[in-house]
This record gives sequence, C-alpha cells and structure tokens, in this order.
Amino acid sequence: MGNNKRNSFLFLLLIVGTLLLFLLNISLGSVRIPIKEVINSLTGQQVSKETWDYIVVNYRLPKAITAMLVGMGLSISGLLMQTLFRNPLAGPYVLGLSSGSSLGVAFVIMGAGILPGFMAAFLVSSYGIILASCLGSFGVLIAVLVVSQRLRDTMAILIVGLMFGSFTSAMVSVLTYFSNAEQLQKFTFWSLGNLGNLSWISISILAIAVGIGLSLGIYSIKPLDSLLLGENYAKSVGLNYKKMRLVIIFATSILAGSITAFAGPIAFIGLAVPHIAKLVFRTSAHNKLFWSTLLFGAMIMLFCDIICQLPGTDITLPINAVTSVIGAPIVIWLLVQKRSF
Amino acid sequence: MSNNVLSVSGLSIGYTTKTSTIIAQDIGLNLGHGKLVSLIGANGVGKSTLLRTITGIQKPLSGSVSLDGQPIDSYNPLALAQKLSIVLTEKLPPSNLTVFELVALGRQPYTNWIGKLTEEDIVKINEAIALTQIEPLLQKRHYEISDGQLQKVLIARALAQDTPLIILDEPTTHLDLLHKATLFRLLKKLTLETNKCILFSTHDIDLAIQLSDEMIVMTPNSIVQGSPEELIAANAFDAIFKDESILFDKEKGKFVFIQ
Repeated sequence: MGNNKRNSFLFLLLIVGTLLLFLLNISLGSVRIPIKEVINSLTGQQVSKETWDYIVVNYRLPKAITAMLVGMGLSISGLLMQTLFRNPLAGPYVLGLSSGSSLGVAFVIMGAGILPGFMAAFLVSSYGIILASCLGSFGVLIAVLVVSQRLRDTMAILIVGLMFGSFTSAMVSVLTYFSNAEQLQKFTFWSLGNLGNLSWISISILAIAVGIGLSLGIYSIKPLDSLLLGENYAKSVGLNYKKMRLVIIFATSILAGSITAFAGPIAFIGLAVPHIAKLVFRTSAHNKLFWSTLLFGAMIMLFCDIICQLPGTDITLPINAVTSVIGAPIVIWLLVQKRSF
Repeated sequence: MSNNVLSVSGLSIGYTTKTSTIIAQDIGLNLGHGKLVSLIGANGVGKSTLLRTITGIQKPLSGSVSLDGQPIDSYNPLALAQKLSIVLTEKLPPSNLTVFELVALGRQPYTNWIGKLTEEDIVKINEAIALTQIEPLLQKRHYEISDGQLQKVLIARALAQDTPLIILDEPTTHLDLLHKATLFRLLKKLTLETNKCILFSTHDIDLAIQLSDEMIVMTPNSIVQGSPEELIAANAFDAIFKDESILFDKEKGKFVFIQ
C-alpha cells in the first residue's frame, strides 16, 4: 500500500533528522565545533583541540541529551492528554502540574526569606528548586487524583485541573507581588526554562523518570485507539476505563513533573508536537502517532535549542521564548496546508 | 436454557438515586441464537434503560441477567466484550480513522497488549467486511462516507468482535425508508448466516413487525416477548400508545390514524 511506503519513508527521515540535529546541536553554539570533531569526541577518539572535547562532554552533550528527553517526554504527554480528553487544545500542563511546580519554586525563591538562614540557602540551591518543583506538581497531582476518583465524567477532570492551575497561579502572583527585584528575576529566569546546567546525576534521574513515563505511554497505545470511538465503544471492547485513565494521568504527571523540575516549565512543545505528527502522518492510529510524536519532539527541541544558542554570538535566548515562536507558525502552516485534523 | 444467548428473569430495572425509581419490574425474556429480535415501545417507556441493564452498563434493581448461561456480573470487561457487542447512533469523535482501522477495533478483546492483529484477526475482519459488503470503502476516512455507509461499517466492527449477541440502539433513526428496509434485511441475513442473535430497539414498528423473528413490546405496565403473529393475536400492540387517534389494525398488521 502506498501509505505504508510513505510512512516508512517518513520514519526514516525522522530518525536521520534526529541524528543530524543531535550532532548539529552539539556542534553549534558560541564556539563552533566541526561535526567531525564532535563525532571524535563522542566516540572517544582524539580531538584536535582539548577545549573542544571539554565543551562537548561537559556542556553540550548533557544539554543535547536533556533537550531530547524534554522534547520526547513533553510531546508524548501532550499526545496522551489530547486523546484522553478528546481535546486538541490539551497539553501536558492541563492537569495544573506546571502551576503546582511554579508554586513550589515560587515558595522557595520568594518565600525563603521567612525561613532561617541555612535552610534558605539549601532551598535556593538547584537541588532545593528541583525538590520544590517536584513537591509542588506532586501536590497538585494528588489533589487532581483524589477529585478524579469521585468524578465519572472525564471532562470534569480537565476542568478541575485547569481550576487547580488557576488557583496556584494566583498564589504565585501574590508571592511575586511581595518579592524584591532579585527574587523576581530569579523566579522569572526559572520560568523561562533552561536545558543546560544539569549534572549527570540529574540527567540520569530525568532519563529514568522519562523512561517510566514513556513506557506507560506505550502500554496505553491500545486503550487510546479504542478511545477514538468514544467511551461507550471503548468499554464495549473490554477497556477498563478507570484503570486506563489513572495510568495515563500518572504517565503524564511523571513526564511533565520531572521535566518541569529539572528544566523549568517548557511551553508549547507538548501541545504542538502531537498535532504536527498527526498532520504529517495523517493517521489516528496511536502506534504510528507514538513514535512519530516522539521523534518530532526530539527533533524540534534540538532545533529550538540550536536557535537559543544563537550560533556565532555570545548571547543565549531562553528556551520558552523560542519554542512558542517556532512552534505556533509551524502548526498554523500545517493546518492551512492540509485542511485536515 | 442453554440454547439461549440471553436470559432475563424476575428483572426489575430503574434508577437508584435518592428515591428508587422503578421503570419496569418482574421482566422475563429469553433470546435464542440466530434470532432477529426488535424492541419497541413508546418514547420514555424505558427501552434504553432495559438495554443498558441487559448490557451490564446499568445495575438492575433486582433479578438476574444471564449471558450464555452465566450471570452478567460474573464477566470481567474483556470476557463480556467477547460475548456482547454494540452498535450505537452517537456521533464519533473527530479522528483520521480509516474504515479498515475502525472495523479492526472490533478485534481488541482478542489481541495482545499492543493490539497486534494476528492471521485469525485479519480473517474475522475480512469476513465482517464481506458480510456487510463495504469493500469499496476500506481506505476511506470515517468522516468521508455517508451515514448509511458508516452504519454498515459500525455493524461490521461489531461482527468482527465475533460475539453471539449484538445489540443495536435505534439503528433505523436518521435513515430514509429504503435504507431502513435495507438495514433490516442486512440484520436478518446476518442472523441467518452467522447464527448470532441480534437485538435492536426501533421506532419503526411496521417494519419491525414485517421483518423480525421476535419482538419485545414494552408498555408502561408490561413487557411481552413473542413472534409478531403471536403478539398481534394477543393484542399486545394496543397498549403501546395511549392516544385514541392511533389504533392498531389487526388485519393490516399496522397502525392506522383516526381523523
């Protein structure tokens, strides 16, 4: 069938594209490192300049890996949310998770003045922020789960998540109102997202969390397909709806929660990438959508990160600025092109 | 008893909210293999409630429902899905599903955790496609075909699910007369060729009388089951509508209006 050939070809393109962008991401930046040298460095061979090797291994490689994990994790959680809630505007943060993270971090950065000196110092360190973000999103997750167990209607969970999001955002606003300029700047920098500066331990933890989330996502492929016909039909083919809903919410929470904890709230990727995959592959079958979303997510994140580095200059842009600016026109262009959903 | 796909005895259906509302009580029904059974009754008399209780979606107030010899609540969702499939008239959510993918979803109760289709699954899917004659539509998206065609596709999906009992909820609404009759004939042919029992609710009483093997007539006070002839002879249709301007004509076997 022509369609199968087209799909195979596209997947090949995606895999090659991801590899290329990975190498390009490591190569470009304020210091331009030739791709050949990048490969040398990654494969443990002799690199012409020692500084290049140092930069690749200690800065660029961790950042590129983080970018891929973030891109894959957020886009898959976006896909899960969009199918579960049957809402094309749903994204990984629709359950209020990033608002919970923001609240946790806001407490730490702006509320730490209330606590004694040594505690404040720990909290404002990077580990304190990661911990606070996790606790914040975990808190919102528990709240959403408790409420969702009592709700039969899945749409109501969407609204509850949005309401928790608004609530926590309001509290963050109050905190910002009472902070000084330095605290405010610190918090703003966090909320603009950052893919760099993660230790290898942090990356390993992030990789494990993303791995768990993605595995749960793969496990959900068959149930998500049955949901394409609506809840009634899904149950009639044997789907345990409540269990599936729980698994999907949990998968999203692990993915979005861990990513936000280590990289801050990265906007737009979770919402846009599933649509890009759907528009390019023109299918609703979740086995194809899963892998295409995964690869598109990795590619787009690597690409946005390259732009953030503004290669050749010393300036870097915050990642959140770039993801939305790149992502929105792509989705609009694809929609206008294909006129399909 | 073992010949029956579905048995209901002493069944009471209704809602348990703050005050228990009983829609109908002491219902007894037996549906056999290979029978085309229509469920008729006035609006609001409880047809949907009865269907929901029979399919296990709603709990009965009392009494028992047995599917293939076993109580319906002893089935886990997967086992139930292999005995009972449904066809609804609700609009499908927007998606890019092709007709083939839609029919293939009927095999989910039998596939492994990732949903891989085996040889046997493909055979069943193709059988369902052949029985409903939807071969020309296979690569089309589900929103690209007409309502009547979509309905055949949904029936094919239920057939692919390979269950002894298929339940359709008002399949003849929204169809013109020709499509109504074609649908009835398709359902009849399916019961003959696959020996499945097909139960459907409908408002097209005249067509149901002509084409069903058996009928279940629901009135506010009773639920009776029988062949159309038996029901006509027993005056079962008289009590359906309380309005005096509609009468059931026994000779013609249909409802007539009095001016």
